[in-house]
Formats: sequence, structure tokens, C-alpha cells
Amino acid sequence: MNKLTSRIDKERLLLGIAAPVLAVVAALVVTALVILATGKNPGPAFNDMVTYGFASDSQVFILNKATTYYLAGVAVAIGFRMNLFNIGVDGQYRLAAFVAAVLGGALTVPGWLAIPLIIVCAMATGALWAAIAGILKVTRGVSEVIATIMLNSIATAIIGYLLQPGKLGQLDEAGTLVSTKPLPSSSHFFNIDTGPAGVLDGFVVVAVVVGIAYWFVLGRTRFGFDLRTVGQSESAASASGVSVKKMIATSMIISGAVAGLIGMPTLLNESYQYDNSFPAGIGFTGIAIALLGRNNPIGIALGALLWGFLERTTNHLEFQGYDKEILGVIQGVIVLCVVIAYEVVRRYGLKRQQQKVGAELAAQAAAPTKKQEVA
Amino acid sequence: MRRVAKLSAACIASAALALTATACGSTSSDNNNGSSTSGDGKGVKVGLAFDVGGRGDRSFNDSAARGVDKAKKEFGGDVKELTAKTSDTEADREQRLSDLADAGYNPIVGVGYAYAASMAKVAAKYPKTTFGIVDSVVNGKNVDSINFTEEQGSYLAGVSAALKTKTKHVGFIGGVDVPLIKKFEAGYVQGVKDTNPKIKVDTQYLSHGSDTSGFASPDKGKEAAQGMLDNGADVIYTAAGSSGNGAIEAVAGKKGAWAIGVDSDQYNIPGLSKYKNAILTSMVKNVDVGVYDFVKSVHDGKPLTGTNTYSLAKDGVSLSTSGGFIDDIQAKLDAAKKKIVDGSIKVKTTP
Repeated sequence: MNKLTSRIDKERLLLGIAAPVLAVVAALVVTALVILATGKNPGPAFNDMVTYGFASDSQVFILNKATTYYLAGVAVAIGFRMNLFNIGVDGQYRLAAFVAAVLGGALTVPGWLAIPLIIVCAMATGALWAAIAGILKVTRGVSEVIATIMLNSIATAIIGYLLQPGKLGQLDEAGTLVSTKPLPSSSHFFNIDTGPAGVLDGFVVVAVVVGIAYWFVLGRTRFGFDLRTVGQSESAASASGVSVKKMIATSMIISGAVAGLIGMPTLLNESYQYDNSFPAGIGFTGIAIALLGRNNPIGIALGALLWGFLERTTNHLEFQGYDKEILGVIQGVIVLCVVIAYEVVRRYGLKRQQQKVGAELAAQAAAPTKKQEVA
Repeated sequence: MRRVAKLSAACIASAALALTATACGSTSSDNNNGSSTSGDGKGVKVGLAFDVGGRGDRSFNDSAARGVDKAKKEFGGDVKELTAKTSDTEADREQRLSDLADAGYNPIVGVGYAYAASMAKVAAKYPKTTFGIVDSVVNGKNVDSINFTEEQGSYLAGVSAALKTKTKHVGFIGGVDVPLIKKFEAGYVQGVKDTNPKIKVDTQYLSHGSDTSGFASPDKGKEAAQGMLDNGADVIYTAAGSSGNGAIEAVAGKKGAWAIGVDSDQYNIPGLSKYKNAILTSMVKNVDVGVYDFVKSVHDGKPLTGTNTYSLAKDGVSLSTSGGFIDDIQAKLDAAKKKIVDGSIKVKTTP
């Protein structure tokens, strides 16, 4: 019996890996065709991507990018596990980063106290912003997709309104960039200096902790079980005594709290202030990465690293004379292929399972017919 | 329990792997050293990092491109152009500038204030390369900060609007409410009010904060301008990138109303020729002059550094006269210009 479960697990694992690998390979083929269509040779392009992408400074760049993307992927995945589509991660992290930056600039306490305060403030802001959508859903039945999309725009407007000279913003020397008051150097998160390769954001450690917590809470606790149950079948969950409404609101809030962390590597390790050049749109990247990683903590990490790798190397492809739009093509094709590949693999798995069960039943039917007669 | 152990082992192993690889591997610039051909002594080797939109935006980036094109034509050489994406982070911009510096491009021009922070870092890393930044100030021995006094040119636009309006009512449309565009507004409003304090000025921004769609939405520009026209405004100044095309179109639809263009001499832009008789003048910002001067200075071996402000006095900003619609008020405009140049009028940079 034990042997049987382990064999099925292995097969499931294989099937699980097959989908993303299939998607990436398909994306590479399509990209090669696109490069060929523009009249260039894809061989040197891929070669350049590999040599450039594995240089040490590229690795630091990719890890830094992946830190942010990983947090985004986890934030989205928490909603996905629950069948909630939190499109509002984008607005949640921007508003959270803005509020945290304002708080960080105003704080005069020592760093060991200021940094946790900034992080908690960001998580609380993200959670509150997501809670609006969660509460609207459980009390009024408003689709979280609609609510969070609208909240994204409202977040943009609020930041735009408050980030003005004289309100919460200040002008730079040239009078062209408005930003929040920079964080004092004591509030900078630690960095890992790797010499000529560049500086690795210390926040990567937090991202790993978040990944482990995500895996533990969802896979190893009663709460995580309830959450996944609600995601798979609301009626089954409520029949077994889980309050579906409470779970929806809670998971939305947790998703928002993790979303609040997305801007932190940038704020605490790189820019130390919030301004109009603060990266936008990472919430949507998170959706792609959560899809790619199948909501699995390690899968999301691989997806985030892949995304970082693609950005780093395609930036350089532009330098080599290829079109910079290649990045969009590769990313778009990967997401599309992932969705298709999962469906293909799922159907294949289902078919295999059916065949196996059928074979077992047939064997059972053939062998112990006498027994049945006896019974 | 076994899975926990396995999982954490995998995590630690991959982290360790990543870090060792990071510490031991060679950097991309090491890999590049063989292939980079840094300057064969002939012509200029300009690295040009555009803001979002890049070459072909008919506005800001194109103006910088004109400056570099002119330099290339005169001195010969090689130009490498890279363009920003909207999803860029500091790291992407740093990479773009470092890539150019690694490949031996010198000078390197960052078009737009978005490059300020990344240029400060990269310029410190490559002390032998000269960098130029448009619309911002970066402190560094090898950086030329190319700035424009948009508020002064806009002041003159305000004066001409005040002199041309019949309804005593004018308008200003800004693309996004960023500080740079507020400079345009501040100068324009001051120019109008100094000429005739009784004139009413409507102000509207098409988008706010990090939503930069206001720079690229002709439909929004058209709607905003139509609203102002309906309210009785008859001269409308638009500083909103390609959204301005929509505003000009709306103004051209109303007899007796005037549009004021921005950045380039929009009277002469082929795409707008249908409406050119409604374009009173344009507040031209000569980014090309600033960029050309910078490239030339490096070519001549005497690189410009520090903050170089292209003011009204240096013709860094000016009012275009194509169409001859402001010929009748030219004397008054010259008088205002003189006052700004000699300092008796101080134009505000914030509204």
C-alpha cells in the first residue's frame, strides 16, 4: 500500500513538472520563430542570454528582482488557493509602500525598531486595502475581481493626491521629481555586498521566510486545510463546519498583508523613498508567476527566478540589436503556454488515472469472481 | 517530517549555490572585455538611453534624438539607443547605463529625470565616461545636468494667450500632475495674470501620480479641451505629450479659438498640418540643442559637466513664430522676454 502511494506521488510530481517545462520549451520555440521572422538568427540570441544571464552580476540582479517577484507570486497564490482572484495586489503594494515610506521618513527611532515598524505598517496597509474588497465580497457579494481592479485605480489616485510638494512629498534639486522624505540611513535594511558583482538585497532572507511560512500555514495547519477546502468546494467546506465568509475575508487580508511586503525590497534596500519612478505593475507579474509556479512555494520561486532571468537577459538582447519587445513575447507566450499545458497535462493525468482504475477493476473482476459468488 | 527536512535542505542548497556562484563567477563586464571596441579615435560613440516612448514619440525623446543625430552627422561615429519600459525599476535603468559604459560608449545620455538616481550610481562607477542627464540634476564630476527653464517659455506663452484672448478666459491642460509639468503651468498662469489680472485661467491635468496615461491619450486631451472651449475659454495651452494632438484638434474645431503647442514647433509637424491654422505658437524646448552641445563638448575633448541650464536667455526655450500669428504682439513679447532675461521678472516654478 505504501509503495503504491509513493508511486502515484512520483507520477503526480512528474506530471506537475511536465506542465511548466512544456510551457517554457514551447515559449522558446515560439520566440525562436519570432526572432527568425524579424530576419535575425535566434542561436546567438539564446547563447548571449545564457552567457550574460549566468555572469555573477546578472545573478545578483536576478536574485534581487526575484525577491520582489516571489513576494508578489505568494501574495497572489494565497488568493488562488482559495479560488479568489486578487488582482488588487498591484494597488495594495503601491499604497503600502507609499504609506510605509512616509512613516519611515518621519520616524526618528533607531533602526532595529524603525525597520520592523515600517514592515508592519506596509503589511497592515496592504491588508486593510485588500480587506475592503474582502468585506465587500462577503457582505454585498461584490466580485473581488471588480472590487480590486477599482481599488487599484483608487490607490493610484490617493498616492497621486498625497505625493505632492507641500503635502507628503518633496521636490528634488532640479524640481522635476517629487518623492517622500528619504529614510534615514539607520532604517536601511542590511545588504550583502558581493564585490564586483554588486549588492544583494538582504530582503531575500525575508522572502525565504515568507515562502516557508506560506508552505507551513497552507500545508500543515488546520487553517490552511480549511482554506484549501473552501477553495475546492464551498458547499463541502460549509458542510464540514467551516465559515466560508470568514475564510474569504481572512485570506483576502492575508493576501493583502503579503502584498504589502512586495515594495519593501525596493524601499528598504534600493530607493529608500517613494517617488513616481517606483516600480508599478508588479502585482500583475505576480499573477503570471503564481500561475507558472502552480501556487507551490518552490514553483513560485523558480517562476520568479525565471522572470528575473528573462528581464536581465532580454535587456541585454536589446543592446545586442534584437528588438526589446522580445521580452514581452517570451513572457506572454509562457503564461499562455502554462495555462494550456496545465490543461493538457491535467487531462492526460485524468485519462491515465481512469485507465489505471479501469485496469484494476477489470483485474479485480477477472480474478476474484469466485469470492464474490461466495459472498 | 521527512518532507520538511528535504524541503529545507533544498532551500539551503539552492541559496548556498546561488551565493557561491555569485561570489566566484565572473561578471558580465569581464566577459565583455574581449569584444568591446572602445573608441577607434574617429567620431563619437554615443550611448543614448531613452525614456518610455523612445525614438518616434514626436516630442521629448525625438528632440533628444535630433541632437544626437546632428552630432553623428557632423562628427561621424556610432550611436547605441536603448529604450525604457514602463515596468522598469532602478536596477533596469542601472543595467542599461552600465551596459553602455561597459561597451565603451562615451558620452552616455540619459533622456528624462527617471535616470537621475541610476546615473548617480553608474557615473561614480565609471569615472572615465562622461554622462549627461536631461531634465534633472545629478551631482558628479563626470555628469552634465541639462536643464531647461520651461517656466520662462511658458510665461511668454501666457503673455501671448492673454493678448490674444477675446473672451478673457484661457486654459491650461497638463498631461500628468508631475512637478515638471507644473513648471509649465506656473509660468503660463503668471504670464497671463501679469498681462491682465482679470483673465480667468482654467487648469486641468489628464492623469495623476504614477498613472502616466495623460501623456499619451489624445482622446483625453480632446475631451478636456472641448470642455474648456464650452466653458468659454478661447486660448488653450497644452503640455501633455501626444495628448496635445487631441487638444489641438478640438481647438481647431472652434472658430476664433487658438491652441498653443509644446516642446516642438507643432505648426510644422506633418501630422498636425490639418489644424496648423489654429496653432498660435509653440513653446519650444530645445532638448536637441542641449544634447548636441553636450556630445560636441565630449568630442572636442572638453566635456561639459555640472548643471547647464538652457534658459530663455540662451534660447534653450522659445516661442515659435511659424504661421505669423503672433507677429502683431511680438514687440510686447520681446519686452517680456527682456524683463525675464535681465531678472526684473522672476518666474515661479511651482503654481
